[in-house]
Amino acid sequence: MRYNSWIELSLFFLLLAGLTPLLGSGIAAILRGERVPLMDRAERVIYSLCRIDPGREMGWKEYAFSLLMFNGLGIIAVLVLQLLQHHLPLNPQGLPRVPVLLALNTAVSFATNTNWQAYSGESTLSYLVQMLGLTVQNFLSAATGIAVMAALSRGIARRKTHALGNFWVDVTRSTLYILLPLSLVLAIILSSQGVVQNFSHYLTVKTLEGFNQVLPLGPAASQIAIKQLGTNGGGFFGVNSAHPFENPTPLSNFLETLAILLIPSACAYAFGLLAGSRKHGVSLLAAMFAVFILCLGFALRSELKTDPALDNLPFLEGKETRLGIMPSALWAVATTSASNGSVNAMHSSLSPFAGGITMFNMMMGEVIFGGVGTGVYTMVLFAVLTVFIAGLMVGRTPEYLGKKIESREIVYAVIGVLLPGLFILVFASISSVIPAGLASLSNKGPHGLSEILYAFTSAGQNNGSAFAGLNANTAYYNILTAAAMLIGRYAVIIPVMALAGSLAGKKYTPPSTGTFPTHGVLFVILLIGVVIIIGALTFFPALSLGPILEHFLMRQGRRF
Amino acid sequence: MKTADKKKLSLLEPRLVRRAVRDAFLKLDPRVQIKNPVMLVVFISAIWLSLIVLMDLIRGGFSSFNFQIAVWLWFTVLFSNFATAIAEGRGKAQAETLRAMRKDTMARRLSGKTEQRVSAAELKAGDLVVCEAGDVIPGDGDVVEGIASVDESAITGESAPVVRESGGDRSAVTGGTRVLSDRIVVRITAAAGNSFLDRMISMVEGAKRQITPNEQALSILLLSLTVIFIFAVATLKGFSIYSEHASGSNSFATIPVLLSLIVCLIPTTIGGLLSAIGISGMDRMLRKNVLALSGKAVEAAGDIDVLLLDKTGTITLGNRMATAFLPVSGVPVDRLADAAQLASFSDETPEGRSIVVLAKDKYQLRGRELPPGTRFLAFSAKTRISGVDLPEQAGKPGRSVRKGAIEAVHDFVVSAGGKFPEELRALSAEVARAGATPLAVCDGPDALGLIVLKDVVKGGIRERFAELRRMGIRTVMITGDNPLTAASIAAEAGVDDFLAEAAPEVKLARIREEQAGGHLVAMIGDGTNDAPALAQSDVGVAMNTGTQAAREAGNMVDLDSNPTKLIEVVETGKQLLMTRGALTTFSIANDVSKYFAILPAMFAGLYAASGSSGPLSGLNLMRLHSPESAVLSAVIFNALIIVALIPLALRGVRYRPLGASAILRKNLLIYGLGGLAIPFLAIKLIDLLLAAMGLVR
Repeated sequence: MRYNSWIELSLFFLLLAGLTPLLGSGIAAILRGERVPLMDRAERVIYSLCRIDPGREMGWKEYAFSLLMFNGLGIIAVLVLQLLQHHLPLNPQGLPRVPVLLALNTAVSFATNTNWQAYSGESTLSYLVQMLGLTVQNFLSAATGIAVMAALSRGIARRKTHALGNFWVDVTRSTLYILLPLSLVLAIILSSQGVVQNFSHYLTVKTLEGFNQVLPLGPAASQIAIKQLGTNGGGFFGVNSAHPFENPTPLSNFLETLAILLIPSACAYAFGLLAGSRKHGVSLLAAMFAVFILCLGFALRSELKTDPALDNLPFLEGKETRLGIMPSALWAVATTSASNGSVNAMHSSLSPFAGGITMFNMMMGEVIFGGVGTGVYTMVLFAVLTVFIAGLMVGRTPEYLGKKIESREIVYAVIGVLLPGLFILVFASISSVIPAGLASLSNKGPHGLSEILYAFTSAGQNNGSAFAGLNANTAYYNILTAAAMLIGRYAVIIPVMALAGSLAGKKYTPPSTGTFPTHGVLFVILLIGVVIIIGALTFFPALSLGPILEHFLMRQGRRF
Repeated sequence: MKTADKKKLSLLEPRLVRRAVRDAFLKLDPRVQIKNPVMLVVFISAIWLSLIVLMDLIRGGFSSFNFQIAVWLWFTVLFSNFATAIAEGRGKAQAETLRAMRKDTMARRLSGKTEQRVSAAELKAGDLVVCEAGDVIPGDGDVVEGIASVDESAITGESAPVVRESGGDRSAVTGGTRVLSDRIVVRITAAAGNSFLDRMISMVEGAKRQITPNEQALSILLLSLTVIFIFAVATLKGFSIYSEHASGSNSFATIPVLLSLIVCLIPTTIGGLLSAIGISGMDRMLRKNVLALSGKAVEAAGDIDVLLLDKTGTITLGNRMATAFLPVSGVPVDRLADAAQLASFSDETPEGRSIVVLAKDKYQLRGRELPPGTRFLAFSAKTRISGVDLPEQAGKPGRSVRKGAIEAVHDFVVSAGGKFPEELRALSAEVARAGATPLAVCDGPDALGLIVLKDVVKGGIRERFAELRRMGIRTVMITGDNPLTAASIAAEAGVDDFLAEAAPEVKLARIREEQAGGHLVAMIGDGTNDAPALAQSDVGVAMNTGTQAAREAGNMVDLDSNPTKLIEVVETGKQLLMTRGALTTFSIANDVSKYFAILPAMFAGLYAASGSSGPLSGLNLMRLHSPESAVLSAVIFNALIIVALIPLALRGVRYRPLGASAILRKNLLIYGLGGLAIPFLAIKLIDLLLAAMGLVR
């Protein structure tokens, strides 16, 4: 790696680490309900319009129910918009009605913060659908994640209560005070770099070779800002941020990469503050940073080698030469660590080992930063398991931030941690045998298996990135990936809410020297161990026949 | 029953082992197996594989590999059964002895003034029974009349008889114990079948063993891991079919191999030993002569972070002792010591004796002949003074030596025509401030000085409290003393806090307050007035010498009646959790090596050029002999490790009072890293043996 890559990497981590506590404190303040001058009038107008009583607190069931209703309505809205787009304005290309299953898949995908794209934006969706449907869900699904995190942190911090806050207030405040301002700033900077933002017809231009080329346009900058910040990842154009209109310059690339991790990282910090232990938040962050750097290191090590199957050339096939190997690898690791899923290079073209890392990043349960809010609350499930095992080993009924961990908490934690993985395996296994599953493959051998495995991992962990190569827009994959996305989202959210409710009802147990501390180096190491081991034990057999087999074959000079 | 043999039953005594082997087979009953989901999976796999072998035989084929796998899966189940059986064995042996003792005794029931002989089984709570020397006490109760020495060795294993008397804190008697002398009347408090002995039998037998909350939580985790591993392996079949098609080569993912992989991955090590750990926890308590009345209490003991103890008898020796003589100015200390000793010769109280001993030890004042006609004055609460009047003798005038409370001695000195030095008052105030009790001494009209009486803290108790503190337990001393005295003793004994002038309701309030603050409180008590506090505390340890009310209220009974026993109780509770945690970690860490043994064995054939092994043999880090050998070695290791860990499960992981992080670091190194590394070595070793013995292709 050249020195400028090192400088860029250092700058990236410095900025991320520096901005995290700043933004994290802000997020914590907003979720605590602190008054925001100037804007709070808008907030009150929203409450009175929607007849929300911001002072009314909800128990975990009501909170979860409101959330499900809200997301359910979101799915229906996006679905209807797609089915009616040919009758609606802002469709300069006159794009036809979206097929039902594809529309359903897309609706589920955006409402669950997955942004799996079985469609290609420029050839399928009108500007109106992109803006009113997808971009709106980009905000709301991210806000939903923040709300769950807020409720969980209250469950930990509060004692002997069932009140976890008000879902509507949390969503409103997260959108209004966190997501909108940050997106606005990023969108403006991005459009200054040349990201398009208009309602024009697609342009047809004559290339130097004399061919005609259609240049798709549209309101991209506004969607791209939030798709990066809200760990959504659904690009305006089909090839996502590899497209020069989505990601034109090195600066835009740097900022978009930073935006992937910014809010998830800040959320971990905010969670610590809200749950009453800044140290714990910092420890969760430390675990995230450590695994991230580890994965990035391994990916780069593999990427910077040469490809024995391609005359020992660098692994540049399928990558943007404008961006190069390091920024592509950094983005790939970031986008799969955080459940973002946007890409600036095709993951199918990564070296097998690096491709395996992007997959394993997701298989760890999207907790290495993870999605906005979702990363932390899922990580908390792992932390619960960690303190349980550690507590046993030090001979004391485990406590997590002063709350005793008993059977109920373990039930919720294992459901949230294991269920998505279980369905990923089942769906992928079935698809690798039946014709409907195999028909979509464009590659043979272990690479084909990786494509299937990647697709369901991405959907089931709400990441949304694609390995490319798999034709996911078939009835079979549209239905199955939609199911995986729903399970991956709500089989975690519901146990987390139940956990929050259960913890809120407990009394506080003060720590003693016999208590295993939920911060510090030992905790971080153990947490990392639990995350990696659960992910590895669950997926190692499947990975061994996909990327691992491919890696060994590549060393023998065979590629797929 | 003699405790001697109860305690000396070694871990793997041949008699117990023989019985456990038999029980291991009896436990193959599906109704038993279904209670342990992890082992149930192994059980079903063993049956499935046996059927495969059987079908092969019927079809005229025989796979030695499948047969060996089936055998070892059965061994895995049997080993786990054996572990449980051996843990239960000791308890069962004890229960039998106890039961033999609970032969149907006859009771002499009092109705009015008349006695009536009835069977002990007919007794109801509230009945009055008479027991005389030689009688077996027919049921649990309180002595309401009389005093007797009772042989309680059946319960406590202690051969020395104990005294039981009406009133006070030593009134409880236990059914099945024998009166050695005198006559007592006992009010029965527990109906037959619900007596202490009955409960003891059911506890040691493990019949009523309830799954404790923590064990339940762990079982859920183990069950979930089992489910996810079943799915990870089942879905692997699909991936392997794909890979076989894609590569046009064969894998070794047969049903026996897939079943082997499932059995190796699911946490059988901890799953197979889980109930043995729980049972042996109760058993270890019993060997320390603590009878836990529920498994939950044993577990809770490990979580205790506040301990309430009585001062008297626990922290201090029962009585105050003289520690110094403080003369007023102008009086040589020898004179004071001499007078003090004289005044105490006839004082048979422990305090009086301690004064004589102090004078002897420090000032070499030996006992001497007192002239005839010497008159002793005993201490009384009214006069608050005691002493001796020596008659005139050999020219020496008679002397009136007194010791007692300052005011009483003041009055005596003044009435004898002397002058009471004000200095003495100041001195005594100073002594009291230091938490000791001053006794003034005078010789006729001369006030000589003070004897300092102090509560003497038991030797070694400070270290015990330091140990508790390292365990994360805060100690609170309960005493009836005034706050000043209490503070001084607390400082000397090294307790963290004290509760002075404590009445029963104050104790109760304190426990509630600690609990409201989220603490788990243990309390040791013996008296009836301790009963509410014992019931309120999370772990209430009642002394066996205590009252029936106290024993009923607590959830543990210390048969030795030794208050510092709580440290061992806490250790056992912690060991119980630690053993579970350590074996869980070990079990999960083992899986890594099993993947590296079995996965390459299954898939080495993929993309293989004929005659050589394929790319995934790159995962065969252990360089195992052959795919069959690899799978079989992993299965054998998985079975043998259960046997190897039985002693650890029964004995428990050693607990040392270090901070949580230090313990965790140590256990992670041993069971985490060890769990990663050991199977690599062991599987390789088994593989070498199998190949050498020609058991595999």
